[in-house]
Amino acid sequence: MMNTRTKIIGQAVPLLDKNIDTDVIIPQTELITVSKKGLGKGLFARWRYHDDYQLNENFILNNGCYKSASIILAGENFGCGSSREHAVWALLDYGIKCVIAPSFGEIFYNNSYKNGLILIKCQERIINQIATLACSNENNLLNITIDLEKSCIFLFLDHQFPFDMESRVRDYLINDLDEIKESLLLNEKIESFQKVDRKKREWSYFSF
Amino acid sequence: MSTLLDKIWASHVIHQFEDGFDLIHVDRHLIHEVSSPQAFSGLKDRGIKVKSPALTFAVEDHIVSTLPNRTVHTEPSGVELINTLRQYTEDNNIKLFDLDHRNQGIVHVVAPELGLILPGQVIVCGDSHTCSLGALGALAWGIGTSEVEHVLATQTIRQRKPKAMRVIFNGKMNSYVTAKDLILYLIGQLGVNGGAGYAVEYAGEAIDAMSIEERLTICNLSIELGAKYGFMAPDIKTIEYLYDREYSPKQKQWQQAIMYWQTLFSDSDAVFDKEIVIDVTKIDPQITWGTTPQDVISITQTVPDSTLYRNNNTQQAEKALSYMDVKPNQSLMGLKIDNVFIGSCTNSRINDLRQAAKFIKGRKVASHVKAIVVPGSKQVKKQAEQENLHEIFLAAGFEWREPGCSMCIGLNSDKVKPYQRCISTSNRNFEGRQGPYARTHLASPIMAAACAIAGCITDPRQMTEV
Repeated sequence: MMNTRTKIIGQAVPLLDKNIDTDVIIPQTELITVSKKGLGKGLFARWRYHDDYQLNENFILNNGCYKSASIILAGENFGCGSSREHAVWALLDYGIKCVIAPSFGEIFYNNSYKNGLILIKCQERIINQIATLACSNENNLLNITIDLEKSCIFLFLDHQFPFDMESRVRDYLINDLDEIKESLLLNEKIESFQKVDRKKREWSYFSF
Repeated sequence: MSTLLDKIWASHVIHQFEDGFDLIHVDRHLIHEVSSPQAFSGLKDRGIKVKSPALTFAVEDHIVSTLPNRTVHTEPSGVELINTLRQYTEDNNIKLFDLDHRNQGIVHVVAPELGLILPGQVIVCGDSHTCSLGALGALAWGIGTSEVEHVLATQTIRQRKPKAMRVIFNGKMNSYVTAKDLILYLIGQLGVNGGAGYAVEYAGEAIDAMSIEERLTICNLSIELGAKYGFMAPDIKTIEYLYDREYSPKQKQWQQAIMYWQTLFSDSDAVFDKEIVIDVTKIDPQITWGTTPQDVISITQTVPDSTLYRNNNTQQAEKALSYMDVKPNQSLMGLKIDNVFIGSCTNSRINDLRQAAKFIKGRKVASHVKAIVVPGSKQVKKQAEQENLHEIFLAAGFEWREPGCSMCIGLNSDKVKPYQRCISTSNRNFEGRQGPYARTHLASPIMAAACAIAGCITDPRQMTEV
């Protein structure tokens, strides 16, 4: 279960390529496990390591300044491709709490909030602005604050960037919702639907 | 004035939440060994069992070995995942098509051929290419492991209704052009984000003329358009395809089903949020040059100039060019290749193998090329062997494998070696998709067959059939 939270504060790292897919976020060689834990070491493995698994110092996450970053500033369509939820588990296990991008892969988007990973949709122009402000001075990275209740990203006192978030998703992130528990409360309704539907579409239910 | 999406969606809504999400009934839940075992442990913690095991089907496909005479232990890395799936499916009374089962194969190949997917149904599976199954007139989409757990627990999914897009493919396909070329072309036109937020209904003369297998190829790549869902209205071909399959409805229920399926079409006055018309007569054989499926050109075209890449995104283009070791304005023809992969949920059905075999018959794979054929299922393999297609492939120098996802995803040992070039009939040319640093060019089975023979990228139309 995820932790209740309304606000996170952390450093941001720019990874502004478009269409960063979940194969890049966690390659297939790094996800062969029945566990959801410990996947952080495989995060961005092909970019983070050389082919002998030595750290690739040129990859931005390996730059000392960004070592403790917990927010990724990304390009459009982040998390596209494969449905592998391992991508979310890997980001969280590594220490990423939030990704800000103009758009996200749809399956990845659903996977994220269900695990407490915050995804914020922002215009590319604003993301570039945040990147310039928060990441320009590499020796003195600014903390940025993500406030879910106020739906706002705060940089300095005078730099605020409001964002839209679906109420359902916000609720989920803040109140640690248990969707399965909620849906199980509707069990009676589900069963009566199946009962009626079975009459209408008997052929769909293997009752032959 | 409803779209087909409206009709299928409405017939599955159990509950509408105030926040715009609906609780949707799931008619078929397909699970596999890589993304689904993790979901069962959550159920165990809650002390609950699978809600509708009879509507749930499991297949071993993603990490299984494809070598002849394989066992679970041929691919040691997959043993734990496979055994976990076996244990959970047994505990919960779920039908499993395991490695040795006569129906084993890639989930999206197996499910249609068994008659598990029916028009008007809602289908989910922890795999993004579940959209393939929309070809039968169902609404099918890929989900993550948390959603798998929700479906196992409740036989429902919480989902916001997508917007409706229709893509009309007009005209007749040119020879040597396949369903794969049409959908790659569309992705090139709209981009990998062009379908985001939409359920895409494919229609038009070219779709009507296609077999169900070709339609499965079209729908398969919907997710590469950014659309979670792709589907087509069922027609007489759908009904003929489903008739008397192992799990298809029989007798009285078959009659009732047909009556129901005849209501499944978008009304003539239905309004779509977006509509695209494509003239298929203008489409040549396609091949990708970069690291997303939108990086696609006709075989006769040259790789784009990086300065003219989408929205002047030069940096991105240069990265893809460098990864793929190709140059701007270069023709891909003549580029030496190392591997050919014919397989995957996109192009591993009998029709795909027939098309490739027709091209290969009497020819030899170039000596420097490692070429493999991985049939999509045991049934496809059996059918191909009855038609002696395997003899054609083997005589030409192809390896003839057992069914599985194989080199499409590189989870098992079927990987493209670092920096090697592969012509692949699969669906993703992402960095590292077929193995670390592998260079993937997506193409049709015909193109893959032609390239295997030539040993380099070639235009299949320049090679005559033997």
